[in-house]
Amino acid sequence: MNIDKWLVRKDSLEKLFDILKQNSKTIYAPATKNGKVSFIETDSFSGITTDYIQTTQSSKEIVFPRTEKILDYTKNRDGMSVKGIDLKDIPEIILWGVRPCDAMGIDGLSAIFNWDYKDEIYNNRLSRVTVLGFSCSKSDEYCFCTSAGGGPGNNAGSDILFTQLGTDGDYLAEVLTEKGSAVVLLASGLFEKAGEIKKEQFLAEVPVRFNKEEIRKKLENSFESELWIEHSLRCLGCGACAYVCPTCACFDIQDEAHGKAGTRVRCWDSCGFSLFTLHTSGHNPRELQSQRWRQRIMHKFSYMPDRLSVYGCTGCGRCSRACPVDMNILEHLISIQEVIV
Amino acid sequence: MDDLRKRAKELLESSTVKVVIGYEQGTANKTRALFVEKPEDAVKLIFDSYCVQNLAVYVTKREIRDKGKMAIAATLPVLRSIIQLASESQVNDNNLLVLGITPESKLVEFSNLAEVETFVHQYQIEIDAHNKEILDKLDKMTPAERWKFWIDELTPCFKCYACRAACPMCYCHRCTVDFNQPQWIPVPSHELGNLEWHIMRAVHLTGRCVDCDACYNACPLGIPLNLLTKKMVEEAKVHFGGYQPAIKGEHLMSTYKPDDKENFIQ
Repeated sequence: MNIDKWLVRKDSLEKLFDILKQNSKTIYAPATKNGKVSFIETDSFSGITTDYIQTTQSSKEIVFPRTEKILDYTKNRDGMSVKGIDLKDIPEIILWGVRPCDAMGIDGLSAIFNWDYKDEIYNNRLSRVTVLGFSCSKSDEYCFCTSAGGGPGNNAGSDILFTQLGTDGDYLAEVLTEKGSAVVLLASGLFEKAGEIKKEQFLAEVPVRFNKEEIRKKLENSFESELWIEHSLRCLGCGACAYVCPTCACFDIQDEAHGKAGTRVRCWDSCGFSLFTLHTSGHNPRELQSQRWRQRIMHKFSYMPDRLSVYGCTGCGRCSRACPVDMNILEHLISIQEVIV
Repeated sequence: MDDLRKRAKELLESSTVKVVIGYEQGTANKTRALFVEKPEDAVKLIFDSYCVQNLAVYVTKREIRDKGKMAIAATLPVLRSIIQLASESQVNDNNLLVLGITPESKLVEFSNLAEVETFVHQYQIEIDAHNKEILDKLDKMTPAERWKFWIDELTPCFKCYACRAACPMCYCHRCTVDFNQPQWIPVPSHELGNLEWHIMRAVHLTGRCVDCDACYNACPLGIPLNLLTKKMVEEAKVHFGGYQPAIKGEHLMSTYKPDDKENFIQ
């Protein structure tokens, strides 16, 4: 569909929030706890945090929860009875305040969850989420969206992308999908026809730091490189990077049993963990942290573009911000570009 | 820290050690761990008040141990961790040389771990005033209020286990929480799973935790999970006269005696 451009007055944003609330929409928006900004279910506009570069966690949890029931089971004399979740129970959600690098991550998630098996739960969740993106007017040294194919005003993945036209300015609203149009319809009085507006001058400047195609090419010959060992020595093998990432989609299936009945849940998992690829035999094809770190980079910059035609990194920089030992992915990617021939 | 660089260089040149574990300048004004293997790289070593990561976590890491004898630049919390690790047979004089950094930022080289222990014992583990105040506030809460406090704090936890990974005392190859056939504690990061994980962690660390705050500093969500271990430090003081890591001797909690005065354990 064509991009519809509208102007939303600065003071109308709160009205838009209230109208969505009145139409019984569940709204998740950035809010602060313990000094960290995360997407939290929000009832009031005043509870929304606006002064942030990036939320600590990505918004992926809305479509891919960290812990999610997939079925209930009961063992009986005749075997087993299984009851899946009722997809109709999945709520309609408005995701408010999503950064372009987060919205862009939905592409990667969808590619993974539809690669072979079409994941009904994921697809149903996504179909009920409306993404209200907000362009970035600020960035920090961890941001590298422009090297990852995105940008501070990139509208991919958003249903509506809002760009504030200067500090304290009004908002340009680019309506990109049917879901976006539905929001405009609910609050049509707040959307005014916009003239020719150039948003670029209001966006953060994020310099291009590497060429992802070149990195992909170099990775083809780098499986045995010493670089992985050198780069990963200080890595502690936790899952912080994977859990804050907007495209990391690995999960583990757990059965929570209570006698003869139980619940099957899927839980986030991370390739950083030493148990991640441990086989029942005791053999682990990735027994060293260097092999696990290599997997992380390879998966995002080689395997995903090869198999799914989408890169597994949007340049949001969350993993680098979250890492307790300063494993800065941008620094490592630049090093790969420079060192590997 | 010119003397640290100089000493690290000498130790590597003479092959006394194969690797020196210290700090370097990281990205975005952060400091981070550095593993110096070549004498000429010793110049990268730094030390300032931002160097707070507990480097003792690396002396049990396979990739570092496999390099050969290690030297470590160790501040007081790191020295304490090393003594606790020695008491648990994880390090010894053959695989670790300790370059201490005193609270006055002076370099002091220890010839063995026994000397480290003597040095460490000059200082008591004390909870700082700010955290003591929070612990007091928690103590004064009703059980219902305290329950709400912890549910609020622990529910966001997504079990990335950065707290476990950053803790020098969490060196088990397979943690209880990773067992799923059968599960010992719930693996998913729901309310109950989170609560059980953090309680188990705190109890497992009682009488071993040196109060370095590595777990809290590592948490990407800023959860004050170190309050649990701090509380246990205080409890150890009340019930056992305090905790001080020691190479030989009884552990506070991880000890079993057939003639224990508590009969529930017999």
